Amino acid sequence: MKLQRLSRKELLAAFGFLAPSLAGFSLFYLIPFGQSIQYSFQDRLVGSFTLSNYKELLLSSSFQKAASNTFWFTAISVPILVVVSLLLALLLNQRVFFRNWLRTAYVLPLVVPVASIVLVWQILFDWNGTLNAVMEHFGFSRQDWMKSEWAGFVIVLVYVWKNIGYNVILFLAGLQNIPDQYYEIAGLEGAGPVRKLFGITLTYLTPTTFLVVLMSVLNSFKVFRETYLVAGAYPHDRIYMLQHYMNNMFLSLDIQKVSSAAVLMALCMTGLMFVLFRTERIFRSYME
Amino acid sequence: MMKQWILPLLRSLLLIAIAVLLLMPVVLSVVSSFMTEREIMANYSMLGKTDTSVFVNLKWIPDWVSFQQYDKVLIATPNFLYLFWNSVMLVAPIIIGQAAVATLASFAFGKLNFPGRDGLFFLYLMTMLMPFQVTLVPNYLMADRLGLLNHPSSIILPGVFGAFGVFLLRQFMLHIHSAYIEAAKMDGAGYWRIFISIALPMVKPGIAALIVLLFVDYWNMVEQPLIFLQDAAMQPLSVFLSRIQEDALGISFAVSVVYMMPMVLLFLSAERYFIEGIQLSGVKG
Repeated sequence: MKLQRLSRKELLAAFGFLAPSLAGFSLFYLIPFGQSIQYSFQDRLVGSFTLSNYKELLLSSSFQKAASNTFWFTAISVPILVVVSLLLALLLNQRVFFRNWLRTAYVLPLVVPVASIVLVWQILFDWNGTLNAVMEHFGFSRQDWMKSEWAGFVIVLVYVWKNIGYNVILFLAGLQNIPDQYYEIAGLEGAGPVRKLFGITLTYLTPTTFLVVLMSVLNSFKVFRETYLVAGAYPHDRIYMLQHYMNNMFLSLDIQKVSSAAVLMALCMTGLMFVLFRTERIFRSYME
Repeated sequence: MMKQWILPLLRSLLLIAIAVLLLMPVVLSVVSSFMTEREIMANYSMLGKTDTSVFVNLKWIPDWVSFQQYDKVLIATPNFLYLFWNSVMLVAPIIIGQAAVATLASFAFGKLNFPGRDGLFFLYLMTMLMPFQVTLVPNYLMADRLGLLNHPSSIILPGVFGAFGVFLLRQFMLHIHSAYIEAAKMDGAGYWRIFISIALPMVKPGIAALIVLLFVDYWNMVEQPLIFLQDAAMQPLSVFLSRIQEDALGISFAVSVVYMMPMVLLFLSAERYFIEGIQLSGVKG
């Protein structure tokens, strides 16, 4: 009897603490997301049920371009970023001088607003920029880096620059969680450095690596900022991202289409997360 | 004996070289902000022009150290300070609001029992993991419905109720030992009292971490103002800076530095919280 009254009190308290957040979260996220699902199946003129929004979306060449660019950007830049930041973290985790200063230096790009650095990227990659000056000095012909097939490469570079510190922090934390005894025991059993790296470090770092991959994928969707700030609203075809497409849909007030794009993307993200978490679980049970 | 430190030294040199490379854009901006406008124009006015074959002149040391750009940005033309103020007035309410709302909610998620808790938290988690391209659409629909479009609150309100704060602070709440709370209950403390005197003091580092992380994220925002604010006078400095090359190249470096300085100083003074926040957002809930 007493217990029941106590838990009812707790329920009431929980609701009280939750109320402000839940009200706003429902109002600005949950309810309107439900609405956008509904819109995505609605005919623009009559309002009846239809699949034509999805059909038009998937057949539209600019959506296809944006989706494939975004996909390829993520597929190429995430592995590069993960490998580079893992190598840095491994180096930084050994005996080095100025370790804390170095870590600060690697994280700093993360807090520098993209907008503040735009000019530097232009100075480097413009038609009259430094990179082209160097190219011509060595007898190569110049490239219009931001307005050619190379634009994707520039954006990958900017993405790695920006996000490397975030992943280094996560990897370093993961590395410090591996108990020293593992290495000592392996050393006693005669394992060499390579064996230790693969047998201990990388194996026990796997949960961290899954997390780093997830965060890197999420951050790769934010690269629109860099793209927009460096190349404007109408960039080269190669770096026309999903966000550019959706901005245009917002501007033309095509709510039905933008809704179906959001729903499709939410589905893809959910699928991706499901796969990531599943593989992690399988991997973990295999490790134990 | 020699061999003891030669490998760490080589390793350090390599890492320092990488650090220098990463810091180069920041250093270049700061250095250039002390050049005169004329020197900037002489070095960089050919940017974006395809009809000339003159290269930019990348320079690390100004001819004269001059405060001309800062004078113009901070004193002579109030326009930039006005845009800076726009940024502040968008970001400050989001940070204060989300920290307050999320601290309350995270106490419920982290320390109280109620039916449906884990399912509800899962919804928050999924929302947090969705990219902008997904969440901007519901945000837009509701702002439109409430008539908030083209008003700063269309950005502030979704920001205040963002899921990230709830997620991060819950991680900190989970670290509070339940024994403290049980002991307080024994002494007859109510839940509000427990929240104020036990939970709140113990998650202070978490709130500090949240403030730094939110500041970094929202000070940078580009997507929301582009879609929600049509009025150019309302735009934050981040959006304006994208056009600065055409509009105000001569003073652009000083504007950039003024814009990044609050971020950089906050980071350097609260680096511990920043790192802790990132690490804890990594611990799976």
